[in-house]
Amino acid sequence: MDSQKLETILDKHDRQPAALLAILQDIQEEENYLPKEDVQQVAKALSISLARVYSLATFFSSFSLEPRGKHICTVCMGTACHVRGAPKLVDHIRREFDVPETGTTKDLNLTLETVNCVGACALGPLLILDQEYHSNMTPAKLDRVLKPIKQD
Amino acid sequence: MTTPIKTAVELSACREKLQAERDPQRKVISICAGTGCRASGAIKLGDALRGALTEKGLDQQVQIRPTGCQGFCECGPLVVMHPDQTLYQKVKAEDATEIVEQGLGEGQVIDRLLYQDAEGKSYRKESEVPFYRHQKHLLLANNSKIDPTLIDDYLAVGGYGALAQVLAEMQPEQVCATIKAAGLRGRGGGGFPAGVKWETCRAAPSADGVRYIICNADEGDPGAFMDSALMEGNPHSVIEGMIIGAFAIAHPGQPIGYVYIRNEYPLAVERLRIAIDQARERGLLGKNILGSGMDFDIQINKGGGAFVCGESTALMASIEGFVGEPRAKHIHTVEAGLYDKPTNLNNVETWANVPLIINRGVEWYTDIGTGDVSDNPWGGSKGTKIFALVGKVNNTGLVEVPMGTSLRQIIYDIGGGINGGKKFKAVQTGGPSGGCLPESLLDLKVDFDQLTEAGSMMGSGGMIVMDESTCMVDVARYFIKFLAEESCGKCVTCREGLRQLSAIIDRICAGKGQEGDIELLEELSTVVMDGSLCALGQTAPNPLLSTLRYFREEYEEHIRDKKCRAAVCQGLITYSIVAENCNGCMICAKKCPEKAITGIKKEVHVLEQAKCIRCGICLDVCKFDAVLVE
Ligand SMILES: Cc1cc2nc3c(=O)[nH]c(=O)nc-3n(C[C@H](O)[C@H](O)[C@H](O)COP(=O)(O)O)c2cc1C
Ligand code: SF4
Ligand code: SF4
Ligand code: FES
Ligand code: FES
Repeated sequence: MDSQKLETILDKHDRQPAALLAILQDIQEEENYLPKEDVQQVAKALSISLARVYSLATFFSSFSLEPRGKHICTVCMGTACHVRGAPKLVDHIRREFDVPETGTTKDLNLTLETVNCVGACALGPLLILDQEYHSNMTPAKLDRVLKPIKQD
Repeated sequence: MTTPIKTAVELSACREKLQAERDPQRKVISICAGTGCRASGAIKLGDALRGALTEKGLDQQVQIRPTGCQGFCECGPLVVMHPDQTLYQKVKAEDATEIVEQGLGEGQVIDRLLYQDAEGKSYRKESEVPFYRHQKHLLLANNSKIDPTLIDDYLAVGGYGALAQVLAEMQPEQVCATIKAAGLRGRGGGGFPAGVKWETCRAAPSADGVRYIICNADEGDPGAFMDSALMEGNPHSVIEGMIIGAFAIAHPGQPIGYVYIRNEYPLAVERLRIAIDQARERGLLGKNILGSGMDFDIQINKGGGAFVCGESTALMASIEGFVGEPRAKHIHTVEAGLYDKPTNLNNVETWANVPLIINRGVEWYTDIGTGDVSDNPWGGSKGTKIFALVGKVNNTGLVEVPMGTSLRQIIYDIGGGINGGKKFKAVQTGGPSGGCLPESLLDLKVDFDQLTEAGSMMGSGGMIVMDESTCMVDVARYFIKFLAEESCGKCVTCREGLRQLSAIIDRICAGKGQEGDIELLEELSTVVMDGSLCALGQTAPNPLLSTLRYFREEYEEHIRDKKCRAAVCQGLITYSIVAENCNGCMICAKKCPEKAITGIKKEVHVLEQAKCIRCGICLDVCKFDAVLVE
């Protein structure tokens, strides 16, 4: 991230160590992941240990330390979505796109993530593709939804 | 008009002015724009309705009002036509022109968009639809009346009136006593009496008078969304509750407010942020609120996607910028919580109940619910509770009912029973710390104490209905795996114990269960419960133990007969083609990812077991019931 931008984020939070979580969230929002240089810069700017920054970044599941794909596909694995067949969706996407354990395809086209509930449980299973919500998903319906990104 | 409101009198004047300006006969089309209805296309629908109104030159006369969740997400997007209150369901953008052309005139109704029950009977008004008729909307009542992004809408329905009354007429101690007398118990899980917590926090010493007032909006229970619906649909009710709490707990000291909110709820975060900004603009947050001499403001902190951060001490560690690990509560957080100051944490729904109690009074409130709280705040469960009714039930959505409503009423009268004519098997309440209740307990009256007695708990209000096609071993496996992943790792029993439990259940589901596994699960569960520090570990085995208690035979079948009666566990099932039903449409062969199905057009297809990975797609796509799973 260019250093000007990072400075703006740090200033927005008054360089307070208490705002560490919020600072990392802002960085990830801009960069799609947490670049190593930025994490180091944050530790320095807040005068806290690099270990503390990394312990937070690895504790919370919403952070990624690796670059994420061009498209982000999030499958809800909350209870309501689980009992309506969400695991089958994940299996299907893994297979169709050859997604490795890390979640991101080699060509950086797609990142597959899971989340525990997005608050639309009545309509499960839920899938969010690039911030667009799709409800009552089935593996068969998936093909249609994912078609545009397959051709990318 | 954004002039600050400085006194209670000014607030009443402002409300009266707003009410006088508003014509109750004005035509308003309210569209649910909650997360669920958005997923079903509410935004496009809103644009289409606006376009259709403009085209007809009606955009000045008719108002469009986007609202928060109205509960019946299953049938979304929902549209309500005011003042007639006609409810349209599953409305699509393509229906917009028809609604504008044929739905706005006196008595005009578009029949095909009305809600129809299973017998084909139509209902016009929201209040007539069975899903709503058996509910009691108090907290959700205003969700259809207000646009959550406009504070004026909240003021016009009497919003912040309770705050004005408290500041003008009551002493802080009196407010605590009122909440205690009302028997309001925490809606976040434990059911601890809010009034007792408030009094203890107020009494705790604080040298500089700082006391933290926190709203727990982390809503970690996966499969529950009542807190999100309150924040999306009526954020000011939560804020008003918190300001009243700040006065009761900390005035004349220095109350400081936080909302710790789940990051996976972008819409709720946005709505809350707008609401806090508007409250600040109007002087309802900030310095000298309504001339009371009290200063109070609220900051939003977004979580990072860790379930354990909903636990009080972990949440506070997270606000301080540390990893969300719970600590031992030798000293309670009401005495030394955030930054070691007295801290009062309540759940979103708990806060939203506060203005209601002040407005309508203790007597009215204690009339709703179970038990007697007149001299024991633990003596009953008062008020309503919102449940997220989801899973295999016909009408899924948010359900607000008086405490003490039976499971049967909720699942059958409101939920319309099990979908697809299948048989009810269990209902899971209480989230990952809760349990599964069988059919024999359907007449259980749902309140804090009855649920706990039955081996489950109220939790935050998740209610997941399961039918014969849900495997109870798989459900236990799901929760244990969830908790093993979410354990913060501090306690060995929780971190390693859950991992081992998970491995044993995985083995059972894969068809490799052994004699003695059930006993091992039970023994290990005791160790996890006894040896863990926080309630995550202490209650983690609940879903497992409750399924063992009520559905033991399913475990035995998995282990002894290598059979999953619900046909869920992949290691124990096979797919096959039923020759009599197969008409050779070829769709399964086309869709099978492993090319395990072969056949030619109009002839019975064949499934090759060795190639089949049991993905279930063929079952999904076959329209002729010709794929069998067993
Ligand atoms: C692991 C764990 C997760 C929790 N998650 C939540 C949560 O998401 N929301 C919540 O309000 N309470 C949650 N709680 C309960 C809180 O610790 C706390 O009791 C509650 O917020 C207090 O508010 P109340 O008295 O108004 O219910 C959780 C507790 C534990 C042990
Ligand atoms: S019980 Fe589990 S979640 Fe709670 S503190 Fe111990 S390890 Fe962490
Ligand atoms: S279950 Fe999946 S792999 Fe097996 S036959 Fe059906 S579609 Fe093919
Ligand atoms: S469980 Fe999937 S949206 Fe809540
Ligand atoms: S989101 Fe529209 S009814 Fe729930």
